[in-house]
Amino acid sequence: MRRAEFVMAVVMALFSLYLMWKSAELPIGWIPDEGPGGGAFPFWLGAGMLVCSLWTLLRWFRRTSDVSRSSEAYFDSRALTLFLIVGGSLTVMIGSIHLVGVYGAVPLFLAFYMRFLGRHGWPTTGAVALSTPIVAFFFFEIALNITLPKGLTEPLFYPLYDIFL
Amino acid sequence: MEVLSLLAGGFAIAFAPLNLALVVFGCAIGLFVGAMPGLGSVNGVAILLPMTFLVPPESAIIFLAALYYGAMYGGAISSIMLGIPGASTAVATTFDGRPLALQGKADVALISAAVASFVGGTISVVLFTLFAPPLAEVALTFGSPEIFALMVLAFATFIGLGGDDIPKTLFSIFIGLAMSAVGLDIISGQPRLIFFGLPGFYHGINFLVLAIGIYGIGEMLWTVEVSRGKMSISQATMSLRRIVDGVIGLKRSIKTMLMGSFLGYFVGILPAAGATPGSLMAYGVAKTISKEPGTFGKGNVDGVVAPEAANNAASTGAMLPMLTLGIPGSPTTAILLGGMVIWGLEPGPLLFVEHSDFVWGLIASLYAANLFAVLINVAFIPAFIWVLRMPFTILAPIIFVLCIVGGYAPTQDMHDVWLMLIFGIVGYLMRKLDYPLAPAVLAIVLGPLAEPALRQSLLISNGSFAIFFERPFAGVIMVIALGLLILPILQKMVRYARRPA
Repeated sequence: MRRAEFVMAVVMALFSLYLMWKSAELPIGWIPDEGPGGGAFPFWLGAGMLVCSLWTLLRWFRRTSDVSRSSEAYFDSRALTLFLIVGGSLTVMIGSIHLVGVYGAVPLFLAFYMRFLGRHGWPTTGAVALSTPIVAFFFFEIALNITLPKGLTEPLFYPLYDIFL
Repeated sequence: MEVLSLLAGGFAIAFAPLNLALVVFGCAIGLFVGAMPGLGSVNGVAILLPMTFLVPPESAIIFLAALYYGAMYGGAISSIMLGIPGASTAVATTFDGRPLALQGKADVALISAAVASFVGGTISVVLFTLFAPPLAEVALTFGSPEIFALMVLAFATFIGLGGDDIPKTLFSIFIGLAMSAVGLDIISGQPRLIFFGLPGFYHGINFLVLAIGIYGIGEMLWTVEVSRGKMSISQATMSLRRIVDGVIGLKRSIKTMLMGSFLGYFVGILPAAGATPGSLMAYGVAKTISKEPGTFGKGNVDGVVAPEAANNAASTGAMLPMLTLGIPGSPTTAILLGGMVIWGLEPGPLLFVEHSDFVWGLIASLYAANLFAVLINVAFIPAFIWVLRMPFTILAPIIFVLCIVGGYAPTQDMHDVWLMLIFGIVGYLMRKLDYPLAPAVLAIVLGPLAEPALRQSLLISNGSFAIFFERPFAGVIMVIALGLLILPILQKMVRYARRPA
């Protein structure tokens, strides 16, 4: 925990500096008859974030906050494995939406999660993995008129558009 | 009596077939969401908000408000049956609800929770009906300085009453406000904070991206980590006779119910407090005023009644500042507020003038939601218990998919989906280090309202911050806010002074 607290505070302090620098692309001072410049609000927020991060670092150094005293592991090995698998599969799913679209990525993700992490049988896995995209199609594309990204699978949907739209 | 005629008009709207159906549906979904460990009202509202684009805005808000309400009822179910709070708002319900269930009195606990929720909900809606119009009238005179002062007050409550690490709470507020500043500068129209020149940042960061990231993806990652063990479900035998007996037995708890309702309502109005601390406080007070405090924690019905009355009352209390002042009283109402802005229903005092039909329709539907939630709850307790057996490894991936599709729907830009994933993961990592995240969600919703209020105020005063203290309303609000800000320092000093030398 202690190391994680330090790393997080440093990363956030650096992000605050970046935010201040980025805000300064717009005027951050007073513009006559216009009030504060466009960059002023985020600039001072960034400054506030920086102060808070340094404050957290000070508390880390003096061991005054609970986390900075904790000797518990930030992630134990089991939690880390789970986090990497779940986070990783989410990332892969979102990435593959660009390629094979929502209707390709979603069933794959559901099948992976339920079969591999949940150890459910193929009938349950298959039922959920196939029914979810069908429900999503009718809800989003037909009822809401929101086109979900389809990537390479776009041509497969032309006949469906002809029927429903 | 003007209120009564307005309310009657509201009931006409609430009982329109579509709205009534949505109230019933919203309550049912809310009960389900509330009962699921790891999901509370805020998760349900955040994840399902994009789905409500199907119906007109007024109906969508009614649906979400009913969902909010149902979730408060539902939280008790898993607290009692599993011993795991279904939502943070139901934490206090586990203290006595679980022992009751283990003694074979799960039905008594469930009925008490439902009745207490109903009483808490009803009292608070009545209070709401009485307080909202006068408060809105006062708020009509507010200008930019007052609005900004109110926002400072909202954030100050997180520091004074939130009880979290102070620098981390402040950090959360600042980063939320900074995220809201991304996009085009509202006054000059110049592009601002376009990170790495990505075009996706030009339309700003939609509050839903942060809300679903934190309350959808982040929360699920958290639950995946925490819920590793097996859960055991208590058995509940239900029969009409036992239900009636249970309700009659609650006569002794009326005082506790009333206390919980009023306490919950007023705590709920405060932005940082809301339903979770409200219910914990009600539990504490119930224990203090009880004739037999020793039985608390071992299965005292009052220990279930107090927090359940309080959390429902608090959820209505949180709507009061949201609708009348445009300052949300809880993370869930913050998301509701963001939704209303998307739909062009700017919350605040003007809403009562310009969209009076909508306001009263919403209030009337709160009465209806309360009634339906208790009926559905009691009638379908066995069904909800059955649902609790649904393995988390089926629910979790479906919710992840809902989050991703829901995050895509409002802007239809994959950029936002990636951003949501980043917020979810970073939010989860920060939460593990005790960074409170609710302030950030409140801040990203309030940011687009706070910045113009601040800039216009400074323009009026020619750059002097004294304007926030010179005007009567703004001054009083700012002084209260400053009081809250120094409250933790005072507490520390008192503790230090009392420490034996």
